[in-house]
Amino acid sequence: MLLIHCPYCDETLPEAEFAYAGEAHVARPLDPSSTSDEEWRDFLFIRSNVKGDHFERWRHAHGCGRFFNAVRDTVSDRFLTTYKAGAPRPDLTALKDAAE
Amino acid sequence: MTVLPTNFVPEPLATSAAATVTLLAPTARFSLRVWPEDRARLSAALTLELPVTIGQRARGTAPDGTEALCVGPDEWILVAPDGAGPAIEAACGDAYCDAPHSLVALPDREVSVRIEGPKAAELLTLGCPRDLDALIAGQGRRTVFDGVSVILWRDAAQEFRLDVWRSFAPHVLALLETGCRELALD
Ligand SMILES: [Zn+2]
Repeated sequence: MLLIHCPYCDETLPEAEFAYAGEAHVARPLDPSSTSDEEWRDFLFIRSNVKGDHFERWRHAHGCGRFFNAVRDTVSDRFLTTYKAGAPRPDLTALKDAAE
Repeated sequence: MTVLPTNFVPEPLATSAAATVTLLAPTARFSLRVWPEDRARLSAALTLELPVTIGQRARGTAPDGTEALCVGPDEWILVAPDGAGPAIEAACGDAYCDAPHSLVALPDREVSVRIEGPKAAELLTLGCPRDLDALIAGQGRRTVFDGVSVILWRDAAQEFRLDVWRSFAPHVLALLETGCRELALD
């Protein structure tokens, strides 16, 4: 079982308390009615499907209930970091240097 | 299956050398949500200091006063003796104009059991994947028990309270009863 650090609870907890919630930093267009069909399709359905370090959302469903973001290596399942929703996307190079 | 509050009679459910599981009498219970800037006003209304760290508890000054458990950055569970509900609603209602908040009464949404005995913590590991050593006596958490969201209060080293949503209770209680029996076998 994965161990995931919740940035709100500040505890590292079993995966069973969490729910995966898709790719992070996918911003809803500010004015949906002005987007083309293709842009709207991309927003709804097209994801990066990264092999490697993936910015993704999780929810502490059986805990504080909050959504937060994480960087996880989709090959090894190793979490590089987790951070609160709304916080800027962390610099991947710095994260990987820190993890070495 | 409809599970009614009347299906639950406060009584010992299972006793063994390992642990005792007791269904507790109903209590007043609320979910409170309030923004940080209005927390102090609600603390005053409830005559207790709403804790800001998730998992921390606080109790009002009265001998068996209201107890608050922080379960999220802006969320608390309030528990008080049965019958204390209307007073809590009135106190928070008076503060509503100054400090907008959400107070939801959920007295019979959940049933509570006490789990105590030499292997109480071990019994909980049956459904709870957390490291229970990290849950210090006097604290509480919302967590998961065999797939079900629960509130787990640790009252002493080997004394816990578990609040379970009523419709999941037959499953959770049956599991605890089985575990109580099996843990006493070795
Ligand atoms: Zn959390």
